[in-house]
Amino acid sequence: MNVTLQTDIKSTIRTFLQKRIGQDVSFNDGDDIFQLGLVNSLFALELVVFLENTFDIAVENSDLNLNNFSTVDNLEGFIRNKKGI
Amino acid sequence: MNLELTTAQQALKEEFITFVRTELEPYANDYDKQGAIPRSLIEKLGAAGYLGATIPTAYGGRGMDQVSYGLLNEEIGRACSSTRSLITVHSSLTAETILRWGSQEQKEQWLPLLASGQQLAAFGLSEPGAGSDTNGITTAYEEKDGQYVLTGVKKWITFSQIANLFLIAAQGDKGITTFLVPRDTPGLRVVPLEGILGTRASLLGEIHLEQCAVPAANILGRMGWGLQQIVNTALDNGRYSVACGSLGIARACLESSIQYSKQRHQSGRPIKEHQLIKQKITNMVTEVKAATLLCRNAGWLRDKKDPDSFIQTTLAKYHASRMANAVAAEAVQLHGALGCHDSFSIQRYFRDAKVMEIIEGSTEIQQILIADHSIASLSSIL
Ligand SMILES: Cc1cc2nc3c(=O)[nH]c(=O)nc-3n(C[C@H](O)[C@H](O)[C@H](O)COP(=O)(O)OP(=O)(O)OC[C@H]3O[C@@H](n4cnc5c(N)ncnc54)[C@H](O)[C@@H]3O)c2cc1C
Repeated sequence: MNVTLQTDIKSTIRTFLQKRIGQDVSFNDGDDIFQLGLVNSLFALELVVFLENTFDIAVENSDLNLNNFSTVDNLEGFIRNKKGI
Repeated sequence: MNLELTTAQQALKEEFITFVRTELEPYANDYDKQGAIPRSLIEKLGAAGYLGATIPTAYGGRGMDQVSYGLLNEEIGRACSSTRSLITVHSSLTAETILRWGSQEQKEQWLPLLASGQQLAAFGLSEPGAGSDTNGITTAYEEKDGQYVLTGVKKWITFSQIANLFLIAAQGDKGITTFLVPRDTPGLRVVPLEGILGTRASLLGEIHLEQCAVPAANILGRMGWGLQQIVNTALDNGRYSVACGSLGIARACLESSIQYSKQRHQSGRPIKEHQLIKQKITNMVTEVKAATLLCRNAGWLRDKKDPDSFIQTTLAKYHASRMANAVAAEAVQLHGALGCHDSFSIQRYFRDAKVMEIIEGSTEIQQILIADHSIASLSSIL
């Protein structure tokens, strides 16, 4: 899937996270999903592949910073930064 | 889900079968008894491109897709799990991980050497006191004058006796980080390990690191991301190799069981005519087929770079390794005393199968991951 509409970014990220974390678990766009212990050890790689595939970006070593990935808001900011939008 | 092999994948499978039939199968029991695969075999694997199967041709590899790589692991694993172990640690755990996360310089320096088999790589994560709990490693790194000094012991390291390059995970002030450590680094010493139950020809050893200094350029991946980024990538790659290798063991057991049931006569008829033997063969076939589908599905998702490929690879490894143990145990039973004797391969398959449930994350660790994913979202598993 290639997300082109800017407004889609957040909801696409949310849908992916909800699937990984559990449909019945609620969290806000500002919640740190790592700190809350909502994800397991495979998650970081799953997230990287999801971001690369969905948004057509390459995640580099220098992008690996928990601040980029910790919340829905931060993930959206990271994607916007990477795509320059 | 598309589980059919393409014409190119089918052709590669035929190529692997021919290689295995001529170069590996006739000698695998001897390697097991001698406790080593010979250098001549490693050279043939390198020449065939099997030590860099998935590495792009630009780096001297064969640029195979993941489904084809799975077939390679299955066919090699069908004949000799020790040789499959070499492919697992050298290609899956190390070379593929360098390809994914290495700097351009690291890729250019190492991938051509590894893809050709001129140099061999091994993966150093486990320690005397740390196995499943990877966070518990105590091998330490310390920054000194722009270099990183490593101290500690790595245990159970497959092919460490002859590897030229080690991927080492170490603990330090920036969090767990992984380093590329050449064998000739001063302070590095390998102590051979004997007496292993299975994959006996895989030249296990302990790596002793005493103040081994490597430059910052040898850090693989991001500092502090050694587990989430590098170890997890490596283990995911390794699990796919081990899943397909387990499938190979089970297929060998099944093929031998069918063959033997036609030859062996008891009570005046071949044992294949006994209903309880038919039951065993039916159960084996069903298990092997189910594992084949899981492995192919994992390969297909890996080629698509689907985020679900990680959990599906885990599922394939979990099922295939347990299945290989069940099928090997049935095969020993079906072969009777012959299944217990080292003049025949079945006892080797039985021993090798057990190892598959321990390496690349034990069965229990896979159970935790699979259950977590299933509870969160069953649809990403089924
Ligand atoms: C033939 C062989 C080759 C190997 N090659 C390599 C190599 O090349 N590189 C490398 O780094 N390592 C290698 N290893 C080591 C291997 O990765 C470890 O053996 C494996 O991670 C398990 O660790 P352990 O043996 O310390 O068992 P432990 O982690 O001590 O586990 C003991 C038992 O407890 C269970 N257990 C542990 N934690 C949990 C938990 N949280 N919940 C439930 N059960 C749990 C385990 O499943 C196991 O049954 C090799 C091992 C073998 C046998």
